[in-house]
Amino acid sequence: MNVLEVSDVSIKYNGHLAVDKINFDVKEGDLLGIVGPNGAGKTTLFKAIIGLQNHSGKIKLFGYDEADYQPLLPLIGYVSQKVSFEPNFPATVSEVVSMGLIPEKKLRKGAVLLKNCGYSWNLLYQKVGKDSDKVLECLKTAGLESLKDRRIGDLSGGELQRVFIAKALVKDPVLLILDEPVTGVDADAQNKFYNVLKKINTENKITIVWSSHDLEAISKLANRVACMNRKLFFHGEKEEFFSNKELLKTYAESAMQMHMHDHN
Amino acid sequence: MNLEILGYSFIQKGLIAGAAISIICSLMGMFLVLRRYSLFGDALSHMAFGGISLGLFTGIYPLWTAFAVSVLGALGITKLRKSAKISGDAAIAVLLVSGLGIGVLLISASGGFKVDLFSFLFGSILLISTEDMLLILGISSGVVATLVALRKQLLHLTFDEEQAQVSGINTDRLNYVFVVLASVTVITSMRLVGILLISALIVLPNITAIMFGKGFKKTVALSVSMSVSSVVSGIILSYYLDLAPSGVIVMISVSMLVGTLLLKHVNVLGKSKSIQKLPSEA
Ligand SMILES: Nc1ncnc2c1ncn2[C@@H]1O[C@H](COP(=O)(O)OP(=O)(O)OP(=O)(O)O)[C@@H](O)[C@H]1O
Ligand SMILES: [Mg+2]
Repeated sequence: MNVLEVSDVSIKYNGHLAVDKINFDVKEGDLLGIVGPNGAGKTTLFKAIIGLQNHSGKIKLFGYDEADYQPLLPLIGYVSQKVSFEPNFPATVSEVVSMGLIPEKKLRKGAVLLKNCGYSWNLLYQKVGKDSDKVLECLKTAGLESLKDRRIGDLSGGELQRVFIAKALVKDPVLLILDEPVTGVDADAQNKFYNVLKKINTENKITIVWSSHDLEAISKLANRVACMNRKLFFHGEKEEFFSNKELLKTYAESAMQMHMHDHN
Repeated sequence: MNLEILGYSFIQKGLIAGAAISIICSLMGMFLVLRRYSLFGDALSHMAFGGISLGLFTGIYPLWTAFAVSVLGALGITKLRKSAKISGDAAIAVLLVSGLGIGVLLISASGGFKVDLFSFLFGSILLISTEDMLLILGISSGVVATLVALRKQLLHLTFDEEQAQVSGINTDRLNYVFVVLASVTVITSMRLVGILLISALIVLPNITAIMFGKGFKKTVALSVSMSVSSVVSGIILSYYLDLAPSGVIVMISVSMLVGTLLLKHVNVLGKSKSIQKLPSEA
């Protein structure tokens, strides 16, 4: 089943095309890595999917048109590239994760749509019961148990990213959209993060769309890859992407190309 | 100091109304401060000043005109801010000066200041009637109930507006509700400290509470308790010292802030000392 379908989507900013007629789909259980240089339009495309950006063309979620899929939006876990909050915001890690919980009523509305299209929703944390238990469960998944009572402003960049992942997970997302989640995070924290990603994709069967500049990580974790720079240049199986040297040479960034040289 | 003054009915009314107002100001103020709307209270109260002058000028009960002008002004500015992309501080400045402008204009047209105006400017908590007190209690309960009902959405909106929107919260509507609640809070509270010191009640207990480094619930609890205790002790103290209650209340809040800052400073010194010790221990 297609979780997401993007057909002929174009997005303009002040007359300038940031996204040009992009087509791709995401299947249930996919971990799609989206690559492309700075300014390629990745963030812009994500914002269109979650309803924050006007666009032309069609976007479908679970087969539903945009007009109909609004109740599904709260069920998408979205971790944005830039999160800015007051540095002394008085909230603990578990309080921030709790913000991700969505009320019963909204949950039910979305669940009706999912049921009607035959999707078996993996109610991972909702099953747990009490809100506080769900939050704790998510904190465990993201390896944040020991930090749960820390104030959010006192965390490192990598820890913070894991908090936002946990906040996106606590709602039992049907789709997780991660916009460069580990940029500027050290290698150790990145690896921890990638383990979490792999785990929620394989064990919890959550479909993930993930943009990154780290080709090595994508080659390890993703099963499919999309490569874009305003237009879409490639979309398909990971193996195909990484065996197509010409594609890599032409469109991947210099850092990525260097990485490929190491492997040749 | 004996507490026989607690037997006076004007003190009782003042304390009850004061406590109610201090609660809504600190609750509302928490969101205002975190959204960088710290001076919104000031802007609204200046708007209210314009509204009061309008009331005095036209002979309508000033509290109602103050309320109408502030709410309309605040809604207008919220809309303007969104459509014209004016930054928060500039929007607040626009609100503040236009309120003051209307006020000054109407006062000069009516031929000078009136006594009522001074109680609105500097507060007159000890002069309120039983009806006033009941009104303040009723409105405060309404504000608290609304804030409690919307607390999760408001917290999410305050923390990250985009994420709140993605999670299905109608952020436009919530922003309007928020502005109306803030206006109601400010107008209701003007009786206590007057429009000139309203920001003190909104800002001081909250920035003091935030300094304790606790999570949201505890910070709110701290802020409310500091706010209530400064108002209650301020009213009682002002009676014995024969000073204006609003001034005493604000100065107590300021000293709580300074005290907390000093405590933090001492703590930091203590910490750095123990860090210095570490190498010799190792
Ligand atoms: N609000 C905006 N107004 C005008 N232009 C914008 C706006 N947001 C993005 N752009 C432009 O659209 C293009 C795509 O930006 P986008 O942020 O989607 O790229 P990206 O692929 O996410 O890049 P990065 O890897 O740096 O995050 C860029 O040229 C950018 O300058
Ligand atoms: Mg981006």
